[in-house]
Amino acid sequence: MSWVNAVIQGILLGGLYALFACGLSLMFGVMNVINLAHGDLAVVAAYLALGVITITHVPAQWSFLIVVPVFAALGYAVQRTLIQASLNRGVLTTLLVTFGLSVVIENALLQFLSANTHSIPVSAALVSASFTIGSGITIAYLDLVIFGAAVIVLLGLQYFLSSSKYGRLIRAVADDREAAQITGASHRHVFGIAAAIAFGTVALAGIAFGTYSQFDPTIGTDQLLLFAFEAVVIGGLGSLWGTLIGGVLLGVAQQIGATIGTNDQVLAGQLFFLAVLVLRPQGVMGSRGTA
Amino acid sequence: MTRPWLPWARSAARPGPAPAGQPPAGPARPLLEVRDLTVHHGQLRALTEVSLTVHPGEVYAIIGANGAGKSTLLRTLAGLHAPTSGTVVFDGADVTGLRPDRRVAAGIAMVPEGRRLFGSLTVEENLLVGAAYARPGPWSPERVYELFGWMRERRGQRAALLSGGEQQAVAIGRALVANPRLLLLDELSLGLAPAVVRRIYGMLPDLLAAGLTVLLVEQDVSQALRVATHVHCLLEGRTTLRGAPGELTAAAIEDAYFGLARANGQGTRGGPR
Repeated sequence: MSWVNAVIQGILLGGLYALFACGLSLMFGVMNVINLAHGDLAVVAAYLALGVITITHVPAQWSFLIVVPVFAALGYAVQRTLIQASLNRGVLTTLLVTFGLSVVIENALLQFLSANTHSIPVSAALVSASFTIGSGITIAYLDLVIFGAAVIVLLGLQYFLSSSKYGRLIRAVADDREAAQITGASHRHVFGIAAAIAFGTVALAGIAFGTYSQFDPTIGTDQLLLFAFEAVVIGGLGSLWGTLIGGVLLGVAQQIGATIGTNDQVLAGQLFFLAVLVLRPQGVMGSRGTA
Repeated sequence: MTRPWLPWARSAARPGPAPAGQPPAGPARPLLEVRDLTVHHGQLRALTEVSLTVHPGEVYAIIGANGAGKSTLLRTLAGLHAPTSGTVVFDGADVTGLRPDRRVAAGIAMVPEGRRLFGSLTVEENLLVGAAYARPGPWSPERVYELFGWMRERRGQRAALLSGGEQQAVAIGRALVANPRLLLLDELSLGLAPAVVRRIYGMLPDLLAAGLTVLLVEQDVSQALRVATHVHCLLEGRTTLRGAPGELTAAAIEDAYFGLARANGQGTRGGPR
């Protein structure tokens, strides 16, 4: 029974990983930016949510209503300034710049907020509420809510990209930047919108992670960035549903590892990731194209 | 690259081509004025002090061999290359430093070489992207479907799956829905069968009737002479000939196309370089 439980918990955890991964995937697919600060941004969002909760006394689970728009605006601004400036100097420069950003964020958090762990204080009723199916499989409402949020975000993103004016422009710019320019679209503005979405989703993921688990300034690069990358690669680049499936498979692999031994959770995920890279490098859902 | 298609004698011997209707009114304000445009690609000078004037309603054709600088000229006019020196004045306003997307808003749209459709988008989505920042005007995806009859029922198809000629039509439609005043056409005939080329050029009178002015680049000289009201020949980035097709002799065009020395010396039919 513990195996079934591991799979179910893994699926629920996978939603969170997919939420982390979709912004990473979007930024790579649209502007070829590999954002190495992605995990740190999630941690910043979690700290920001803590601050918002402390100052405004909004219920913790609603803090995203403030943090996500702030992060979206931040994403637009960072893209139009820092990332665009590095993009103009070549793809490798964006790697260096986002790596630098990651180092700066992590150390600034350590310097000003200490290495203490925190978690986002959602009400006890929500944290401990759960229901049981069968014998011994307990599903926490919080996990279910996070999974549901991930699915809703991915659905929304899918709809936005396929049916809205700016979604079309994002896909057009991803296809051919120069051709988009000569149809009147400013690719910088479109990049900014894509970055705003990516930052918004990573903020949501960071808050979800903060309610789910404890966080500290270093967890962004130690775990979150890695898991997001793995989810993207397992699922296959350029497919939102692939990202969800990648996240779920990673989550299941980790939970099965945890069932074998408490210290094997991350190892199992890593091994599964490597196996996918060897056996199906384009990802489970991937084709050879990009977004 | 297709080799130029050069039956000059045949096409030049034809009576006045001018399908554009009336000649442009002389004193009218030019729509586009290019003065002494010099453009470099890195160290290489692609264009040297090229000047041209396009009046409303004209079909202005830039001809020349491979590497003559035709596409560079068109891309510079679209804002994709920054000139080293010289000015581009569009409808009385200096647009030399304007970004490509701003030029679309000013009324310059381009059908780029190689079509450059958004391959993962459908035909309809390609047109909608073109229309996203459109100026007010008569062109809409609906009107494009009327111009190219086959397109309506295949609008849900991905652009990458279309044939070359169909892609070219969509690329033209994508430029049209921006409602430009000046349409830049870069090598429409490239890679297309002659019959398809003729059909594509067949819609030019419709565009002119809708008030457009066309500046086109064409390697296929006879095709250019058939449709143009003005011809402008480039050779290695310099202007070698200008005039109305009716006024130019086949020999003069040949000299301008290949360069005098080459034309007087060894055989010219072997193609440029």
